[in-house]
Amino acid sequence: MDKDTTTIAETAAETMTGAQMVIRALKDQGVTHIFGYPGGAVLPIYDALFAAEGIIHVLVRHEQGAAHAAEGYARSTGKPGVVLVTSGPGATNAVTGLTDALMDSIPLVVLTGQVPTHLIGTDAFQECDTVGITRPCTKNNWLVKDVNDLSRVLHEAFQIATTGRPGPVVVDIPKDVQFQKGNYIGPGSVHHRTYRPRTDPDLNAITRAVEMMAAAKRPVFYTGGGIINSGPEASKLLRELVDLTGFPITSTLMGLGAFPASRPEWLGMLGMHGTYEANNAMHDCDLMICLGARFDDRCTGRISAFSPGSKKIHLDIDASQINKIVRADLPIVADATKALREMIRIWKSRKLKADKPALTAWWQQIDTWRAKNSLAFRNSDTIIKPQYAIDRLYELTRDRDVYVTTEVGQHQMWAAQRFKFEQPNRWMTSGGLGTMGYGLPAAVGVQMAHPDALVIDIGGEASVQMTMQEMSTAIQYDLPIKIFILNNEYMGMVRQWQELLHGGRYSHSYSEALPDFVKLAEAYGCVGLRATKPSELDAGIREMINVKKPVLFDVRVDPAENCFPMIPSGAAHNEMILAAIDDGPAITEAGKMLV
Amino acid sequence: MHDTKVKQSDVVERHTLTVLVDNEAGVLARVVGLFSGRGYNIESLTVAEVDAMARTSRISIVTSGTPAVIEQIEAQLRRLVPVHKVTNWTSQKGGIEREMALIKVAGTGEKRVEALRMADAFRARPVDTTHTSFVFEITGAPSKIDSFIELMRPLGLVEVSRTGVAAISRGPEQM
Repeated sequence: MDKDTTTIAETAAETMTGAQMVIRALKDQGVTHIFGYPGGAVLPIYDALFAAEGIIHVLVRHEQGAAHAAEGYARSTGKPGVVLVTSGPGATNAVTGLTDALMDSIPLVVLTGQVPTHLIGTDAFQECDTVGITRPCTKNNWLVKDVNDLSRVLHEAFQIATTGRPGPVVVDIPKDVQFQKGNYIGPGSVHHRTYRPRTDPDLNAITRAVEMMAAAKRPVFYTGGGIINSGPEASKLLRELVDLTGFPITSTLMGLGAFPASRPEWLGMLGMHGTYEANNAMHDCDLMICLGARFDDRCTGRISAFSPGSKKIHLDIDASQINKIVRADLPIVADATKALREMIRIWKSRKLKADKPALTAWWQQIDTWRAKNSLAFRNSDTIIKPQYAIDRLYELTRDRDVYVTTEVGQHQMWAAQRFKFEQPNRWMTSGGLGTMGYGLPAAVGVQMAHPDALVIDIGGEASVQMTMQEMSTAIQYDLPIKIFILNNEYMGMVRQWQELLHGGRYSHSYSEALPDFVKLAEAYGCVGLRATKPSELDAGIREMINVKKPVLFDVRVDPAENCFPMIPSGAAHNEMILAAIDDGPAITEAGKMLV
Repeated sequence: MHDTKVKQSDVVERHTLTVLVDNEAGVLARVVGLFSGRGYNIESLTVAEVDAMARTSRISIVTSGTPAVIEQIEAQLRRLVPVHKVTNWTSQKGGIEREMALIKVAGTGEKRVEALRMADAFRARPVDTTHTSFVFEITGAPSKIDSFIELMRPLGLVEVSRTGVAAISRGPEQM
């Protein structure tokens, strides 16, 4: 059905202004929260919002914050995050969040105001080519020049953002279109002309997959964010599949929580800062079952040495991920929930069994890797080790309803390694883009969605300064987020790479001037806490949890600590540096070229 | 950088792709931006609306890359929301590819006569003639046009305007 037919089908529908259509479409899509910042080119929409009931608008302090808050909201609820910003700088400030959401497959619907249609192309005040700028960082985008197209485009935008491989979309709405009157059509009568994501698996491929699994001697599940994005059902099915097979399982950064970290089959995260057992299992396996992951360079290490002896099954909802980095022996293009359901059904109906003796030997091998205890660190009773801080945070919050967001860097990797997630949608981090400044606004979005939960942003003092104005948002909406800063005074991961790769020349990675974070928190109306000794840590964490306000906890940690284990750039999964004392393989010139 | 790509064949091949798209604002920029953003080559590009009722346009692209890169290009194109269909004529073998070129040659005397003789052999037609120049119109496979241009070079080639490749399948079937 195309546009013309749908318009006729709904001619009985109401006439309203473009701005009213926006609010109506949001309601019809079930939107309850939007994150935004007003400006000249969206004033009609803000005017319609003023009278609207049932939609909570969260006023951020910077449009990047709106996008990350919407990402946190989306990732913790499974619903799309909605952003409303003005033209020009409003739109350009949202670009980092759009790119972040594209890389991590987060459904965002971003509405941008635009100058009136007759001014487009004249370098008008606060004009920018929003659809041009956001074309490469969205799944799709639209400039709506006719008010009668607006409701259709808005409903298409929600459909495209949330189905198939989720992602961000932008709808750019000129101010005159917001004022004009036109016909509103409901979501039920919109059918996109071309967009038909494939979600049903090919049953022959599923049958072959389970046969390969039954025959495997050294299998491993390698799962990713696709399991989380598919919905909680996929995580349940994944657990069932691991129960049925007894196979070991590892996951990417984005996939943490899909499988419980407390279970014995869990090997920990894989990749550059993954565990020794996860990476060696990836390297030595004879069957890799990749479910909703994309062989990112942080996960694979050197491709020419990547899991040389294995057959690879690759399940992804996005066909372009198949064979992009690593050749798949058996590709399956489908939604993870549907594919997992069929795998379990066929495994059971065919009464398949894993190769028990082979699996026992494989687990023995894995146990020798586990015995290396690759996440071990040398603790101190005089200085707070960042690993110890994460461990204490986990221990003192594990009985609560916890959601964790992070910034980007060492603290992020320590959190991923050490914080044990038992459920999906509890871990919000910037994986693909690696956006410093993601965590604080993401925590705002998570707390909006889960008012009674304990929402913690694990950050570094460098990252958190990129978006810390959102503390003001947290105060305005009574959001008791906890900002847990591992303050080592350095851009820690940059410093670590400079130590390992650039002869210890710490070029511009030390923050010689830092704010007094406690006073800064207080200035915003938050509670500021500080710990400088290990003995102060537990009491600080307890106070942070108990205070029903936003808290910034400045944890002064060892400035020289490095994040290990580590696959150095250009090295393979079985060439990890285990700890500072371990020399590991030298980093090659080619390795230095990589990021 | 190649370290992180699929190892398969390293032989760079030239492929002709046709992309059927919704004729909406920005769709060409979306396709072209995909090529530039991901570092793929465009050797030629042709685009025009082909069905006003259905509002579809046909984009023909000649690109080059290893088989793995070509596979990625096709997959990435299919991922674009306004794309209806992607066909690779080079790997399907069932396609006809044609290109049109306008070729200006200036000269007098024996060279001028020779240029006209060559044009006749290639079924290139003079569409503009002066005492000192010709503009030839030539249609054919890109390789034929390449050959004709090479022959014109010593005979006073001035400039070339090529349309890029248009492609369609043989037989009664639709793309």
